[in-house]
Amino acid sequence: MGVPMQFVMPDLRPLTPEILMTVLSLLVLLSDLVIKRKETIALLSILSVAAVAFTFRDSLGVTFNGMFISDGYSRFFGIIFVLNVILTVLISVKYIGIERVNFGEYYGLILFSTLGMMIMASAGDLIVLYLGLELMALSTYILAGFIRYDVKSNEAAMKYFLLGAFASAFLLYGTSMIYGLTGTTNIKAIAGYILLHGLMGNPALTLAMALFVVAFSFKIAAVPFHMWAPDAYEGAPTSITAFMSVGPKAAGFAVMGRVLLDGLYPIKPEWSAVLIPIAILTMGVGNIVALSQTNIKRMLAYSSIAHAGYALLGVIAGTADGLASVMNYMLIYAFMNIGAFAVIIMLRTEGFKGDNITDYEGLSKTHPLLASLMLVFMFSLTGIPPTAGFMGKFYLFMSAVNAGYTWVVIIAVIFSAISAYFYLRIVMYMYMKDPKQEVAISTSPSMSLALAITLFGVIAIGVLPASVVHLARIAFP
Amino acid sequence: MEQVMTNSLGFPILSTLVFLPVVGAAFLLLIPRSEEKLIKWFTLAMSVITFVISLPLFTRFDKTTHVMQFVERHAWIPAWNINYSLGIDGISILFVLLSTLVIILCVLISWNSIKAKVKEFYISLLIIEGAMIGVFCALDFFLFYIFWEAMLIPMYLLIGVWGGPNRVYAAVKFFLYTLVGSVLMLVGIIVLYLYAGRTFDIVELSTKMYPYEMQLWLFWAFFAAFAVKVPMFPVHTWLPDAHTEAPTAGSVILAAVLIKMGAYGFLRFSLPILPEASKAMTPVMLTLSVIAIIYGGVICLAQTDLKRLIAYSSVSHMGFVTLGIFALNIQGMEGGILQMVNHGIVTGALFLSVGVIYDRTHTRQIADYGGVASVMPLYASLFIVFTLAAIGLPSTNGFVGEFLIILGGFTANQWAGVLAATGIIIGAGYMLWLYQRVFFMETNPKVAGLKDMDGREIMALLPMVILIFWIGVYPDTFLGFMHKSVEHLIARVNTGGASGPAIARNIIEVIR
Repeated sequence: MGVPMQFVMPDLRPLTPEILMTVLSLLVLLSDLVIKRKETIALLSILSVAAVAFTFRDSLGVTFNGMFISDGYSRFFGIIFVLNVILTVLISVKYIGIERVNFGEYYGLILFSTLGMMIMASAGDLIVLYLGLELMALSTYILAGFIRYDVKSNEAAMKYFLLGAFASAFLLYGTSMIYGLTGTTNIKAIAGYILLHGLMGNPALTLAMALFVVAFSFKIAAVPFHMWAPDAYEGAPTSITAFMSVGPKAAGFAVMGRVLLDGLYPIKPEWSAVLIPIAILTMGVGNIVALSQTNIKRMLAYSSIAHAGYALLGVIAGTADGLASVMNYMLIYAFMNIGAFAVIIMLRTEGFKGDNITDYEGLSKTHPLLASLMLVFMFSLTGIPPTAGFMGKFYLFMSAVNAGYTWVVIIAVIFSAISAYFYLRIVMYMYMKDPKQEVAISTSPSMSLALAITLFGVIAIGVLPASVVHLARIAFP
Repeated sequence: MEQVMTNSLGFPILSTLVFLPVVGAAFLLLIPRSEEKLIKWFTLAMSVITFVISLPLFTRFDKTTHVMQFVERHAWIPAWNINYSLGIDGISILFVLLSTLVIILCVLISWNSIKAKVKEFYISLLIIEGAMIGVFCALDFFLFYIFWEAMLIPMYLLIGVWGGPNRVYAAVKFFLYTLVGSVLMLVGIIVLYLYAGRTFDIVELSTKMYPYEMQLWLFWAFFAAFAVKVPMFPVHTWLPDAHTEAPTAGSVILAAVLIKMGAYGFLRFSLPILPEASKAMTPVMLTLSVIAIIYGGVICLAQTDLKRLIAYSSVSHMGFVTLGIFALNIQGMEGGILQMVNHGIVTGALFLSVGVIYDRTHTRQIADYGGVASVMPLYASLFIVFTLAAIGLPSTNGFVGEFLIILGGFTANQWAGVLAATGIIIGAGYMLWLYQRVFFMETNPKVAGLKDMDGREIMALLPMVILIFWIGVYPDTFLGFMHKSVEHLIARVNTGGASGPAIARNIIEVIR
């Protein structure tokens, strides 16, 4: 008779936010059975993520033998995810009614997807990472196709699903190769093993790294793995486009930072050599193709691709400052991008799509306040001070220059100047043309709140970025 | 070497100047759109108050020192060692005053000519004022960049929304040209910041040494931003479009203040931070300046559009300014700075005058005018003052500035001096010819029966006339501000580099 196995209960405290999130998500999902008013469910989901956010502070720690890490890094991303949910729900309430898909599952899926993101950001192990990624991705696939009767929405979900599944396969392939080489899937232990056994330059390791980069590039929609993004962004319900362009992207960067900077740091020269061309291509294709778009959702899809390119600069820098600048940028991007999508949603009314750029003609005359908000978001996306977009880009550029990538930054600023053209085009349509048609807008209190929050974020971080920058800087050890 | 910085007033006067207009703009947001009269009067009151507040700068400025005055300093983004620090010296003070004055005149001249989106117009105007003053006061490179770029947004709207027929093209061109230049400078600023030990403090940056190679790179990075703004040949092509299409107030702001920022950038950043590269690049800069003087002048002769002609004359005049600055001696530089002010006054006044008549005729074609002097005698007499000042007739301000510049230019390089002098002759040619075609000859039926200027318009032009003669007759009121700062700057340029002292002594002897 052997000694009975000792079961040690792992420390669950670092997992509190995730456990709470799981419980609350299920409750929100079930509440659909008893609550008939969908607005109440929306409110419930906002309260849920807010409650989860309150548990972040006391959850710091590592558990399950390093498989799950709750640190400043993952919790900073957690704040971005929570913000993403709150803003998305606020802009959805009326919108999904207009699209006639006002179902309770909508909110549950958003919460599950966010749970997946949180697990990704906290993953200390490649398997946990994969779990989180799949939870996030599967929920988002459904959300992208949420307008069942709309062909474009179906197409969005289908493309997103097929290519996403493909990316997952890459990730698994990379994971299995890493496991074969190092005998572990723990991210920290991988770096240790590589250093200990001098695996740098090992072709199999390089291949595994390349597979990881491909998988992550799919998630953040980096060129040449961006093909799904424009169609998915255009076809998905606009609120979900806003959600997808921030949450999964931020989560992608979170795992990218963790895997590349923790696990594969010993082969940084190799992965930065792969990432630099990807970053340049991403900025180039994103910005240049956006120039010729006539559909604003498509334009913002390409713009979102370009922004992933800027953010990659921080990863390439490969320093604590670099990662802090990525985190900072993702937070700022959440504000300005969801703000822009909120304006787009306001133009969507019964029987009027309002996603064509020409629909913005003369908006400053018919709806001056809305036009001025869009103006702020567009200038912020361009990166003109005193908006937050400038601070975000500045930090990225600074950390990349500091790491010695001045020439990449020069390319980035040129593309950033090119991007001014298509953002300004919206401003030009709004302010410098006369309205051709009467454009009605759909207002609701929750939408106003979302716009107020995003505007506040864009201006406040633009004028007083000190505290956010500080928070991002201390987050990474 | 830490400079002693002072604020003799004990009152954050510069912050007030920067933010009072912005606060005013915020208040404008609250005024209902239909209350156009209230909006105008409120804006006028804001701009006058700002001007009055700026007057103590003029009287309380200590002319015996080059250190920054009226300094304010607060930590802003401690993580990046960025401070909110403002201050002015003898180089920047005149531009702050010019900015506060010009906005009043812009409000006056736009009073009746802006009819659409009145509220947005005056909000833009006030935001521009705040950003302009901020640019000249910023003592932190990052803060400077913020104001420098923030200025683009309202200016883009000003040109694009209230401009002429081809306004959208002009606005986008203006924006993209300036933005490309600025972002390249941004990279330069970051490189400088990291090299200098993570500081953006302009005074501190101006005392450090940088490797020659790096200075050269940075010089061209800064050049990208400043030369576009000046605008220097060959990146001047946005200016004629922007000037021509902008509404009168926009043209005035562009001419009087905005393009001065480029030259100011050279004085504040390129020269003191990169002295060796600046010296090495002098031949290039002098050549480009001379080309701008002559090329800009010759092109003026071929213009058929009033505003376009004045726009190209700006290219020529700004050529004088950069020539003076890069002569790198006291006369040239003081002449350059004074000429920046002069050009602001004279060209600003010319654009204001064109606005006066454009409001009546709605045409900018020179061919549509003729014989205006007999219809609007008062207007004609004011216009001739501006014309002669633009040419640089003695007893007007233009003479003092151009004389000093040519003197300095001649000392630096005889050819530059000689060629620049021919620019004055061309200038006399196109300005007098313009005057002749518009004001003399047969009275064009299109201008017959026009009313002469009213009180508001005279109010808008009178300050310029006074300044033209004041500077022309007694320039020392204004030159007195800059002596110490310019001496200090020249000393920095000549001794700041490692290979400095011997050459510096020679040059200083030559000057004396």
